[in-house]
Amino acid sequence: MSFIKLLFFIFSSIAVLSAFRMVTTRNSVHAALYLVLTFFSTALVWLLLEAEFLGIVLLLVYVGAVMVLFLFVVMMLDVNAAPLREGFIRFLPVGATVAAVMIIEMSLVLGPKLFGLDVYPAPAAKAADYSNTAELGGVLYTVYVYPFEIAAVILLVAMVAAIMLTLRRRPGVKYQDAAAQARVRREDCIRMVSMPSEKRAGATNEGEGA
Amino acid sequence: MTLDALNLMPVLPEIILLTLACAILLIDVFMREGQRDVTYGLTQLALVVTSVAVLSGMGMDQRLSFEGSVINDGLSDVMKLFILLITAMAFALSRDYMKERGIQKGEYYLLGLFGVLGMMVMVSSYSLLLIYLGLELMSLAMYAMVAVHRDDIRASEAAMKYFVLGALASGLLLYGMSMLYGVTGSLDIPAIRQAVMAGTASDTALLFAAVFIVAGLVFKVGAAPFHMWLPDVYDGAPTGVTLYLSAAPKIAALAIILRLLGDAMIGMLPDWQTLLIVFAVASLFVGNVVAIAQTSFKRMLAYSTISHVGFILLGVLAGTKAGFASALFYTITYALMTVGGFGLIAYLASKGLEADKLDDLKGLNDRSPWMAFILLILMFSMAGIPFTLGFWAKLAVLQAVVEIDMVWLAVYAVVMSVIGAFYYLRALKMAYFDKPIVKGLQPRSWDARMVLNVNGLAILALGLYPTSLIALCATVFNAG
Repeated sequence: MSFIKLLFFIFSSIAVLSAFRMVTTRNSVHAALYLVLTFFSTALVWLLLEAEFLGIVLLLVYVGAVMVLFLFVVMMLDVNAAPLREGFIRFLPVGATVAAVMIIEMSLVLGPKLFGLDVYPAPAAKAADYSNTAELGGVLYTVYVYPFEIAAVILLVAMVAAIMLTLRRRPGVKYQDAAAQARVRREDCIRMVSMPSEKRAGATNEGEGA
Repeated sequence: MTLDALNLMPVLPEIILLTLACAILLIDVFMREGQRDVTYGLTQLALVVTSVAVLSGMGMDQRLSFEGSVINDGLSDVMKLFILLITAMAFALSRDYMKERGIQKGEYYLLGLFGVLGMMVMVSSYSLLLIYLGLELMSLAMYAMVAVHRDDIRASEAAMKYFVLGALASGLLLYGMSMLYGVTGSLDIPAIRQAVMAGTASDTALLFAAVFIVAGLVFKVGAAPFHMWLPDVYDGAPTGVTLYLSAAPKIAALAIILRLLGDAMIGMLPDWQTLLIVFAVASLFVGNVVAIAQTSFKRMLAYSTISHVGFILLGVLAGTKAGFASALFYTITYALMTVGGFGLIAYLASKGLEADKLDDLKGLNDRSPWMAFILLILMFSMAGIPFTLGFWAKLAVLQAVVEIDMVWLAVYAVVMSVIGAFYYLRALKMAYFDKPIVKGLQPRSWDARMVLNVNGLAILALGLYPTSLIALCATVFNAG
């Protein structure tokens, strides 16, 4: 138990620290990498909670797919973060004070007195052959089918919105139309002109002269 | 639950709307730039078909489905019908405006439809999970709609503010919900209500959850002191989008407030009542006093929204059936009035003229006596002049507040309304007694004209015969 507790503190403190660094770092590539670290540590915490499937999905989907794509975008766009950070120092005292007050107030409430193990005892450990993947699969398309579909619609809306915000039809942009290129016929490119053959003026005379 | 027991009928309207929205999404791709009116027509058709589906399944009794996470009762059916109606009105009023500015994109209508889907999910959700998913679906569509005019810097700024603050509010709400789940051990509203009533959970922890949930909710509806984003967003967004944002989403927001506070946490009424009193008092003050200093009509209406939100919160905080019914009545009234108000701005606008300044109203009576009359009805109703619809709505809320022995709150609300009446009447003074700056009126399409006229006349008629709407709102809560 105590070893798991130690692991929990290590993973969660890494998660919090890397989340903090993600916000404060100057380099946007570093920020993305810190976010990867945050996801990774969170996935480990989930593993400790016996949510193996969710932990692995977090790694596969977020770290494996989303963040890699995100890194590509960050590297391609080369966003200059400096103008975005203007006023960071100016607003820091106010922001830090509000944050500190909120953290103190919340920690007064959220202590072990109200949420400790004696109030909410830890659930009993599951048997070794317990599969939470099967459990999730059993409810995802039955009990939670409606929320599941709505989550899918949210992704569709995000896609529509992203395309609306980024797709631009600029006039006068030249691009290749592969279909038109493939469809092209000989008649479109070559014009056969029937011309009577002509003698070059003075060609024979010159030949004779030489 | 086995798969053969899965009954999809309770969410038939939502399924129909989603299917039609996806069909329109595909059809719109094949439309050329000048053919957006086809998309518009199909969108209105989708809203009509969905309303028919809601009407056919309508009933006042409470029907639970999807393991108790979806509820269909009088409240959800009435709210869905009004959401569909008001959205259709908003689309009709905004068509010419969007076309003139070259932002009548297919996505404007599609995101609008998806937003309506989100609102319908919110309205009939009976578990924390669905409430949150519906809210996110609605909000995400609305953030993008504000940014529909991409080259307009003010609209982009408004969209950014809306997005960041909306995400913050969602975070607060979600944190509160996670606490509520942690303390009560359930996501379903009835189970949470029982756990709260039973008093097994610690009061401090419940209060902690309530604070975050209330903060998230009032942030979303734009009550003071969390109102900062609202004037900027309503003013910065294109008027056609403001029309959509300001009206129907408030009905959906009231639904989740009633489900969360009025149902799940009714056992801790004194706690959230105190919180809501603070928000209502602040909103009534900010909404009515700050509005006086505005020179922009659009911004003035945004502040007027804040004061109306204060009134809606007054109805909710009464915590009685009469109070909830008055809040519903007020919200529907507000939605009808505000869609008319912003609709009038879109109607008076023309290419190159936003018509969103108070000065643009000057001499409206000379330009078009009929439009000035519509403005008169709207402003009288918003101000709550006796025998208008707005008056009955304010009266119902105040009655509910007086019934729980908070006379001081009712008196305060009346005083603030009287202060607020000044700026509504100032707009009328400009329309009737000042010289016009612009001459004439841009001709508008028949549907916008019809909707604005019917809306104005409906507010007038409902003001004279308010009993039907009041009775409808009362039955909704008494039957359940």
